[in-house]
Amino acid sequence: MQKIEAVIQPSKLDAVKDALVEIGIEGMTILEARGHGRQKGHTEFYRGREYTVDLLPKIKLEIVVDDELAERAIQAIVSSARTGKIGDGKIFKSKIDDAIRIRNDERGPSAL
Amino acid sequence: MRRYFYSLILVLILCCSHAVLAQTPTTSSPPPTISNADNAWMLTSAALVLMMTGPGLALFYGGLVRKKNVLATMMQSFAMMAIISVLWPILNYSLAFGEGTSFIGGLHHVFLHGVGLDPDPDYAATIPLQTFMIYQLMFAIITPALVTGAFAERMKFSGMALFLTLWSIVVYSPMAHMVWGKGGLLNASLGGRFPCLDFAGGTVVHITSGVSALVCALYLGKRVGYPKEPMPPHSVVLSFIGACLLWVGWFGFNAGSALSSGGLATSAFVNTHFGAAAAALSWALAEWIRNGKPSALGAISGAVAGLVAITPAAGFVQPLSAIVIGLVAGAFCYFMVIKVKAWFGYDDSLDAFGVHGAGGTIGAILTGVFASSLINPIFKNPKTGAVLPSGAIQGNWHQVGNQLMGVAIAWVISIVGTYILLKLVDVTIGLRVPPDDEVEGLDLTQHGEEGYDFAS
Repeated sequence: MQKIEAVIQPSKLDAVKDALVEIGIEGMTILEARGHGRQKGHTEFYRGREYTVDLLPKIKLEIVVDDELAERAIQAIVSSARTGKIGDGKIFKSKIDDAIRIRNDERGPSAL
Repeated sequence: MRRYFYSLILVLILCCSHAVLAQTPTTSSPPPTISNADNAWMLTSAALVLMMTGPGLALFYGGLVRKKNVLATMMQSFAMMAIISVLWPILNYSLAFGEGTSFIGGLHHVFLHGVGLDPDPDYAATIPLQTFMIYQLMFAIITPALVTGAFAERMKFSGMALFLTLWSIVVYSPMAHMVWGKGGLLNASLGGRFPCLDFAGGTVVHITSGVSALVCALYLGKRVGYPKEPMPPHSVVLSFIGACLLWVGWFGFNAGSALSSGGLATSAFVNTHFGAAAAALSWALAEWIRNGKPSALGAISGAVAGLVAITPAAGFVQPLSAIVIGLVAGAFCYFMVIKVKAWFGYDDSLDAFGVHGAGGTIGAILTGVFASSLINPIFKNPKTGAVLPSGAIQGNWHQVGNQLMGVAIAWVISIVGTYILLKLVDVTIGLRVPPDDEVEGLDLTQHGEEGYDFAS
């Protein structure tokens, strides 16, 4: 089993979700995050004081999938989240030791 | 310590009970001079002015602080609603509006003695005196609440409560007496030695609170991390709502100061609105030029600055003068907040001095320039009854001098009174929270609460 973590632009969430559902992945965890890579932040003004905001809003998506599905999932995310501009985001893939369904103790790929 | 506190409460209850039992019954049928229209408007105005503090000012200030301090900030305004409302009938109303010296009233009206449903013609002939009293109370509430803007995010609740309670006695009541009370040194309506035109409290409310705020900011020192650490407002949305409530409530503050519901109230209402709008435009424009974008916070701050500046002028100037006053105030207060604050480096957290101190000062002076007897024939020849010119635009430049006298007295009493009281409270129960508490946040450390808990 593989864990895929994707940090994407918030405006791309719907497109990515649809793309994943289309290839049969329905379980996912969505987190609201802040961060940046090489993307510059912006300046805000409050009563004459300048504030540099470089922690930008992002969405982090986490899915755990069968080994066979991992590469297709990554491709689905990349094609739906890409705009070609700096700030598109990143995907990280890592190996998962086990998965357990809380409802009935099921373990392994069938728990996904 | 707690035993003394309980004894004090017990004494207060006993005194109030004695006063209640000792009251002579007031007449139940109103004498013919009471105007129901005037009373209706005045009671409405009193409600509007209270709304300015809660939730107007509470939201305006609350949105400007960091999330960890939002409740503590709002609680400071609310504390004034509670404390001053009890202190006013017991003592402060008498000190402000009782007969006494030119500087302070006497104790004739403590526990509302003599304050019943009959009018007092010296103040307002067509409304019950209790209406006048309750209306003035709302001013006495918001004035110390404004001061809290200076020491936001670092003041102990107990220290704040004690300091502002004493401040209301030592600074607010005398200033109110001098400008509005019988025999007051600056009272333009009742023959004061230096008749200062202050329709709704440019000197009494805004200069005192704003200048006292500056003293507090200087005395207490800067917040931990200021100015290096970013401390942007956690919710300009809350501040926006608060500012709009202030604008609407200000109609009660200014138009209610006509103490009647006729043409003078209309003039004050119209001027108030024009002053607010013009100042919002001039602040926003100044920002647009300087930063390339007009901000919501800037626009609402401008509106408040305009409302402050028009406060002393509301019932004395013509509508187009109100627009001029607003345009000037917006730009002037913008300059004070953006430039002057940076030059001197003081941490007036919520710009109480920059908006209220500066706005009140410029407004009081411009009142002397633009006051017109066509709007309000306040000065009359004592022998012939002929109407005399009010302000500089009618040739009476002398009035600007009187305005400056009022401004100067407001500044002096604020600086001296505030400094002494800060020192007193500092050496007894203390003013600032410890630095660790300040970093953790006042909501948790002072009140054991969190403002927002979206996860639950």
